[in-house]
Formats: sequence, C-alpha cells, structure tokens
Amino acid sequence: MSIGPFIIGLPEIIAAVMGVALNAYVLTGGADFGGGVWDLFASGARRDRQRALIAESIAPIWEANHVWLIVVVVVLLTAFPPAFAMLGTVLHIPLTIMLVGIVLRGSAFVFRSYGTRGPGRWGTTFAGASIITPLLLGIIVGAVATGAVAEAAERVGRGTFADVFVAPWAAAFPSAVGLFALALFAFLAATYLTVDAEDDELRDDFRARALAAAVLVFVCAAAALLLAHSAAPRVAVGVVGALVIQAGTAVSAIVAIVALWRRRFRVARIAAAAQVSLILWGWLLAQYPYIVPPALSIRDAAAPAVTLRLLAIGLASGAAVLLPSLRYLLRTFKGRVRVAR
Amino acid sequence: MALSLGFHIVFAEIGIAMPLLMVLAEWRWQRSGDPVYLQLARRWAKGTAVLFAVGAVSGTVLSFELGLLWPEFMRLAGPVVGIPFSLEGFAFFTEAIFLGVYLYGWERVSPRAHLLAGLIVALSGAASALFVVIVNAWMNTPAGLTVDAGRVVSVDPIAGMLNPSSVQQVLHMLLAAYASTGLAVAGIHAAVLLRRRDVAFHSHALMLALTIAIPSSLLQPVSGDLSARTVARWQPVKLAAMEALLETQRGAPLHVGGVIEIPRGLSLLAFHDPDAEVRGLDAFPDGDRPPVAPVHVAFQLMVILGTLMALVCAWAAVVIARQQTIAGRPSLLAALVALTPAGFIATEAGWTVTEVGRQPWVIGGVLRTADAVTPMPGLAVPLVLFALVYVCLAAVVVSVIASLVRETA
Repeated sequence: MSIGPFIIGLPEIIAAVMGVALNAYVLTGGADFGGGVWDLFASGARRDRQRALIAESIAPIWEANHVWLIVVVVVLLTAFPPAFAMLGTVLHIPLTIMLVGIVLRGSAFVFRSYGTRGPGRWGTTFAGASIITPLLLGIIVGAVATGAVAEAAERVGRGTFADVFVAPWAAAFPSAVGLFALALFAFLAATYLTVDAEDDELRDDFRARALAAAVLVFVCAAAALLLAHSAAPRVAVGVVGALVIQAGTAVSAIVAIVALWRRRFRVARIAAAAQVSLILWGWLLAQYPYIVPPALSIRDAAAPAVTLRLLAIGLASGAAVLLPSLRYLLRTFKGRVRVAR
Repeated sequence: MALSLGFHIVFAEIGIAMPLLMVLAEWRWQRSGDPVYLQLARRWAKGTAVLFAVGAVSGTVLSFELGLLWPEFMRLAGPVVGIPFSLEGFAFFTEAIFLGVYLYGWERVSPRAHLLAGLIVALSGAASALFVVIVNAWMNTPAGLTVDAGRVVSVDPIAGMLNPSSVQQVLHMLLAAYASTGLAVAGIHAAVLLRRRDVAFHSHALMLALTIAIPSSLLQPVSGDLSARTVARWQPVKLAAMEALLETQRGAPLHVGGVIEIPRGLSLLAFHDPDAEVRGLDAFPDGDRPPVAPVHVAFQLMVILGTLMALVCAWAAVVIARQQTIAGRPSLLAALVALTPAGFIATEAGWTVTEVGRQPWVIGGVLRTADAVTPMPGLAVPLVLFALVYVCLAAVVVSVIASLVRETA
C-alpha cells in the first residue's frame, strides 16, 4: 500500500507506532522533566507551594510515563536491531550521561518523598537531573538528524576516539536541539501546571513561567532552524517541505500563547501538547524513510518478517491492556471526580 | 552490565515479592478488620515504592546497556529476544500504572479496586520476571536462530522463547524471589521481636512473610534439581565447572563443601542414574571452558544457603503447625535473623553460576562475549561511573528502609 510518497508496510507501521510511543513519552515524561526544571527555578513568596504542586502532580504518574521510553527502546531493538546497535555504539557517551540523569532523577524524587534526611539535597539532585536528561535527549535527536551518527559508524575501528564517539554529537546543531527540547519540556510542564494548580496565585505563577518558556522555545527553534541549514540539510528541506505540519505547529503555538494570555488554561494545555507533537512528527517525517539517516532506512534496518508480525501482535494486545489502564490512572488522579472512602 | 544486573536482580526480586506481601496484608485487613494489617500494608507499600522506583530506573539502564555494551549481540539476537523484551515492557508498564493507583489511590478508589490494583502489581511483576528470565534462558540454550558467517539466516522467536531452559529457569527465579524477599522481611521483623515480644505489628508481619517464604524455600530444592538436570543435558561444560569435575567419569561422586564426598552422587543427581557418565572439563577444548573457580565456589555457596533456608523454613513450619506462632521461640527467631541476607546472597551466587558458567559465550555456542562487546575504548569509565552511582543508591535505599523499619520499632 502507498499513500503519496510513503510506502506503507509492516516495518513502516511499527516505525509509526514507535513514533507514537515517543510522542507519548515527550508529552508525559517530558513534562515530568519540565516539572523538575521549575522545581529548580521555584522562587518568590510561594516557592514551597510551587514545589509541592509539582511533586503532587507528577508523583502518581511519573513511573508510568517513564515506561514510554522503555517501550520506544524495546520496539527499536526488536524491530530495527541494526539501528539500535549503531546508536548504542556511536552515541555511547551521551546515552550514558542521559541514563545517569534518568537514574538520579527517579531515585532522588522517591528519596525526597520517603527519606528522613530532609528534602534539600535530593531536591537539588532531582532538579539538576531533570535538566541534564532532556538536554541529552535533544542532543541525541539532533546528532541523528545531521547524519553524523551514520557517518561515524562507518569509521568505527579506523577513526580516532574523538572523531567517532564525540564529534557526531558535540556540535552546534545537536546542542541547539538539546536546548530546544529543554525549553519545550519546561513550556509543557508550566502549561500543565496551570491546570493542576488549585488556587489562582499558583496558577498565575505558572502562567508567567509558561509564557517565558514560550519565548525561549521560539528563540531555540529559530537557532536550531538557522543551524539546520548548514548542519542537517535533510531536516531543513524536509521541515520546510512539510508545509502542513509547519503551519499546524505555528497555529498551535499561537493558540497556546493566546490561551495562556487570556487564562484559558485547558485550551492552552491542548494547544501546547499539539504544538510539541507536531514538532516531533515534523522531524520524524523529514527523516523518512530513514531511521538513522542517511545510512539505515526503515526497510534496511527492519528485523525479519516473522519478528515484525509477532511484535505487531504483541503491541496490539499490549495496547488493549494498557490504554484502558492508563485512562483509569489518569482519571483517578487528574480527573475532577473523586471517590470518597 | 554484570554490575548493573547484579544490582538490579536484588531490586527485581523485592519488586516481585513485596507487592504480594502488601496485598496479602491488605486482604487480611479487609477480611479481619484488624487495623494492624492496614498499618502493615501501608508500611510495606512505602518500602515497595522506594524499591520499585530504583528498580525501574536501574531496569531502564539495562535496556539501554544492551545496545551500549553489546551492540553486536543485539544486532544478532534482537529479532528473537526483542519479543520477550517487548512483552516485558508491557508487563512493566502495567505494573507502574497500577502501583501508581495503589500508592496514591487509598482515598480515591474503592477498597475492592484498590486491592485489585495491588494484585495486578504483584502479577505483572512476576510476568516481567518471566519474560526477562526467558531471555537469559535463551542465551544459555539458544533456539530459533540460525546464524551463518555473522548474518542472521532465519529466526523463530516462539521457538526461542520455548528453549529448553525457559521453564526451569523461570521457576527457579520466581521461587528465589519469593523465598529471598520473604525470608529477608521475616528476618527484619524477627530481629525486632527478639527484643520486644509483644508487638502485634511485627508478629503479624513475620507470619505473613513466612507464608510466602516457607512454601517457596521448600520447593526451591526441587526446582534446583530440575535446573541442574537441564544444565547437565544442555550445558555439560557448565555442570563440569559447577562441580569442578576435571575428568570425565562414570558414577561420578558429589563433593559437598570441599570436604564430604558422596560416591556416585553427581551421576545420581544430574542424570538420576548412579552409573551415568558425567563429562569433565577434559572433554571440552580449552577455548570453550568457563573459569572454574568462581563458578564452582558460587554454586556451592548457593546450594549451602538454599539448604539452610529450606531447613529453617521446615523448622518454622513445624513450630507454626504446633503452636500457631513462633514469637515465643528465640532460637528460631535468631535463625531467621541470621538468614536475612541469605536469599539475596544465594541469588547473586546463582546468577554468577549461570552467567560465568556460560563463558566464553554470550549466546551459548553462537556468539562469543569478546565478539559482542562494543568497539568503544575506555569502557572502564562508564563502569566506574555506574558503580559509584549504584553504591550510593544502595546506601541510600538501605538507610531509607532502615528508617521505615525504625518508625515502628
């Protein structure tokens, strides 16, 4: 089957599911990291109440949110093993730093909740790790998009250490994408928190933060796009080419800012989520048909058909269990109806 | 990787068994209305929360490390082991969702829904273990993968999951999780009871922990026998290393603790035939032998600890059957205290046996460890980094748990 320039088969469907899982991770787990950023920048008369709100709104759900990342990783390693191997080899260093960030963020958060030594030290670790992880996630995405990862994979065993394992990601464009991801997550978190807040003062605190983050998002996006013209020609062409997505991103960005300004927080939350999702899909479609451009396409990297079929069955049955469960989790903690005991 | 796994396996065990304990306590509370059980369920839930979070993040590290450290392994094995890994991902997802409901939903969902959420946590924890151990069993006795000159020729993930070691290893691991955690929890509460006899909280806790520990510790030797016979059939060189059997012989003797020798014991145990031939290390080329000393020592340690655990549990079962309680038996309480870490040490030893005993292969007979490791130089740096992080985490977890125990002591 084919739709326009896209050939649709099992490998493409599974790649799309991976994109959906990544999207879910960015919207949920990403926002949890953004929460950590605002924990660090909690300030003013209500700083303790800001921190309490952040902790309260992420505590019941962050572990479930975090599993989306694990889903992305297991689908990648099952359906596209050579891509997993290539990323794991060349991006060893940033992936390791990101993992340390993930470990510290998660453990610091529970130690802070259950520990006896007082919240101070774990709070700082939690907040610091919440900055490192999105930064590295963005850097990794940026490095993949430039094609430098695939080129470095060719030089494994021949090039110098710096050439193969450092240069692909320690560059201007990946760094800009890292900052962009951080700004986006902070923007998402602040927007969500305007809805979660139960009094107007706190709501206004996070409204101001969301608007500030929106400006940062714009600056980082501009920087990344400028750098993209020289560093990642495919991304530049692709993003400019995908006009519909571009326009959709712009519209949702404007709606989000206007809604925040006019205190329509629920609208702002939807628009912000749409904006971030469209940016992600803009990148994914620009990369199509590559997983690691320009070397590994979806078809080249795909595992044997029998594995893909089983994985598809597994994903479908997994989704049948998970989606209702997730709905239940969110209804229990984010809904307005509460069952008294 | 071994380091991360060695760290993760203890958290995973507790993560499998703790939810069962907390659900049992809550169930007893709902049935009896005794508030001590509710207090117990809540306290155990707190412990579970801390350990689950650390287990979750250390598990994430593992899923990435597969690619970071063993890219070549994943390139070959991904199409087969990816399926159980994906299923594990979903089981883990379910566990995380319902743990969230359980921990934060005491006042938000009905008592029955709450208990059910806890039960789902306990079941999906066991399911995660099932899928992960299947992957390890496959590495020991691979099936469903044909490789020719470094290229994957054909794969059959279902055959891979149904490899000859899966059932035995999964059973052994699950029993180990329940026995180790059950005895560790029993040991902690027994320690408090030794000092103060009358604390209902701790005697209730002790009885519930033993409800899990006794059957699993008593069944574990049976499952160990099944595992050993599977190893004897499919991984003869590992068996030779476990027993430090240098020469092939018929009617091979069994050595216990380096002192006692039981004639024909090994042939009897491994093949259920006193005259069976057991292949010694001399039957295998030098390049295919695992390092014998660590495997042999670890295996002895595991067997000795497992036997002690089974004996103390049998003793506890007899006392409970006669007197309904063991709070009045200081000697038994002291034995339980002494065995607090035994299960975890035995688990680490067993892990050493299965992993080191498979060397020099990462996938038995298919891929050598040396060929699977990442080409990135300077691997010592991430190794030391993760070691430091894990040591700190372990220290903090212990202090948090200790403070949770102290709150009621």
